[in-house]
Amino acid sequence: MKVQERLEIKEAAAMAAFERTLLFIEGVTVSFDGFRALNNLSLSVEPGEMRAIIGPNGAGKTTMMDVVTGKTRPDKGAIIFDQKHDLARLDEAEIALLGIGRKFQKPTVFDSHTVFDNIELALKADRRARATLFWKESANESRSVEELLKTVRLSALRDRLAGSLSHGQKQWLEIGMLLAQDPKLLLVDEPAAGMTDAETRQTAELLREINREHTVIVVEHDMAFVRELGVKVTCLHEGSVLAEGSIDDVSTNERVVEVYLGR
Amino acid sequence: MTHAATHPLIRSLDRGAVLFVAAMATIAVAVPVLNLAVPPTSALHVSTYLVALFGKYACYALLALSIDLIWGYCGILSLGHGAFFALGGYAMGMYLMRQIGTRGVYANPILPDFMVFLNWHELPFAWYGFQHFAYAALMVVLVPGALAFVFGWFAFRSRVTGVYLSIITQALTYALMLGFFRNNFGFGGNNGLTDFKDILGFKVEAETTRAALFSISCLAVILGFFVCRTVVSSKLGKVLIAIRDAEARTRFLGYRVESYKLFVFTLSACIAGIAGALYVPQVGIINPSEFAPGNSIEEVIWVAIGGRGTLAGAAIGAVLVNYAKTYFTSGILAPYWLYILGGLFIAVTVLLPRGIVGSLLHWTALRRDRASAAAEEGVAEPLPAE
Repeated sequence: MKVQERLEIKEAAAMAAFERTLLFIEGVTVSFDGFRALNNLSLSVEPGEMRAIIGPNGAGKTTMMDVVTGKTRPDKGAIIFDQKHDLARLDEAEIALLGIGRKFQKPTVFDSHTVFDNIELALKADRRARATLFWKESANESRSVEELLKTVRLSALRDRLAGSLSHGQKQWLEIGMLLAQDPKLLLVDEPAAGMTDAETRQTAELLREINREHTVIVVEHDMAFVRELGVKVTCLHEGSVLAEGSIDDVSTNERVVEVYLGR
Repeated sequence: MTHAATHPLIRSLDRGAVLFVAAMATIAVAVPVLNLAVPPTSALHVSTYLVALFGKYACYALLALSIDLIWGYCGILSLGHGAFFALGGYAMGMYLMRQIGTRGVYANPILPDFMVFLNWHELPFAWYGFQHFAYAALMVVLVPGALAFVFGWFAFRSRVTGVYLSIITQALTYALMLGFFRNNFGFGGNNGLTDFKDILGFKVEAETTRAALFSISCLAVILGFFVCRTVVSSKLGKVLIAIRDAEARTRFLGYRVESYKLFVFTLSACIAGIAGALYVPQVGIINPSEFAPGNSIEEVIWVAIGGRGTLAGAAIGAVLVNYAKTYFTSGILAPYWLYILGGLFIAVTVLLPRGIVGSLLHWTALRRDRASAAAEEGVAEPLPAE
């Protein structure tokens, strides 16, 4: 209960709301040399939800991901995962082990490993050096990898080096690696960037499929893609939440229009 | 285990590994035999000079393996690995010094000559226990390992990577060199440790001892190779390559990158220490110049020329470059050796970025892949004529 005490939630209604969250961000501020990338940001995501985060360049979308995954420490505020873990105090590896997976904006896979090995390295297992030194592949593990390869449509390319994949295939491989971690929460940064229309549609479909079992936060620029996802949207601006609601509500919001189109 | 998940390069290396070990084992046996059993008049005779020379190369090969383990597989470019090599060498040198006993110039049963010369009356604490071979052998591994562990603990925890890490490794070996140059540091200062007499009761200068040291050095290369192969072909090895390719991604997958780096860096330093310990009785001296930053850079060049990330290539690179060095520095080309080395490095970087062995492996892998692709096509669509 320590975490909740620190949050100073007094009202019963607010407490009840907190207890429904998987990720609870409250009053988070991050500054870089005086520039406030996040400014008293508050946001919460419920288990099983898929949330799209939009916002113009510099709105703080990527910084928000950095803060949640431990890459950047907030100056102020609380980030509570699963109502008990204060993410501001943990590092990347600890946060990953709690069940938060992250996909980078630029697809990041292990180029000199095969597609199969990429997934296998991501597969939920003991991450300690000693365990990996004496590790032997089990039939279960290789079956899980095969299934994941099927999910991300890369079965045919399992023995190819990841470095030789196309941009879109790398994106999927990285998503497959995230799934292999079996995270409770998936953070996906601009999954449709640089994809063809067909690939974008397939990616939206893939994300919806993933959302059946995982909570997902998608950061995206592409409004058409967000519309395709058909989920609740949060619009960030200058490091805090500007609007929240369905895509139609948000895209007709006066202030959002102002921010996107300029005054 | 039905899936062929291994990269063609690794598969071909497996065959290469067998070849490498077989070659090393043959050399380990053949050279001493040709030196001791074949009369000097015979054309097949290998001179004691060559035995000592190639024994030295074997130590360099082991050192190159240790550098390839961290650089080739984990992307840690240490430009101070000579420090671990030299520390292992000093540990062995201290044992050899204490074996001299009353045969020294000053005939002091306990104190090595340089201490008597400096008017010291008591053996410094650091020298305790070095009269025992087992203790010295332990220190050969422990001292470089401990230094690497402490250094790595700080460096990797504070996420010092890339060129910054390379620079502080240079600083490390340079600082050690300055320290060891000082007389009051207690390790023979400028002159280092030399005038060795016995090792385990055998005369250091004896032909048989030299032949034995040669074989042991080759054996150490084989063992070091096996250890490195085991590490890099385990899942830990895959994580190392993952760190090399995309460190942040590895972290976000939940791997504690600093532990992996610390493990492999410490292991590598231990191997380098063993290489240094085998080197010292064969060359008969260890002095602070072994810590010179230039040495460490040269060692990295061996690995680059042989082929980083191939292990066997690193060892072969060490032997080739050093053979070239011996060849060129003993003739009229001597003043130009450094230019030749620099030119060689540039040529390899530009023309063979994978190094000699790396390129060979790459070409054979490409050819095989093309052949197997052609074979698959043949099966799938038989020619219309058939």
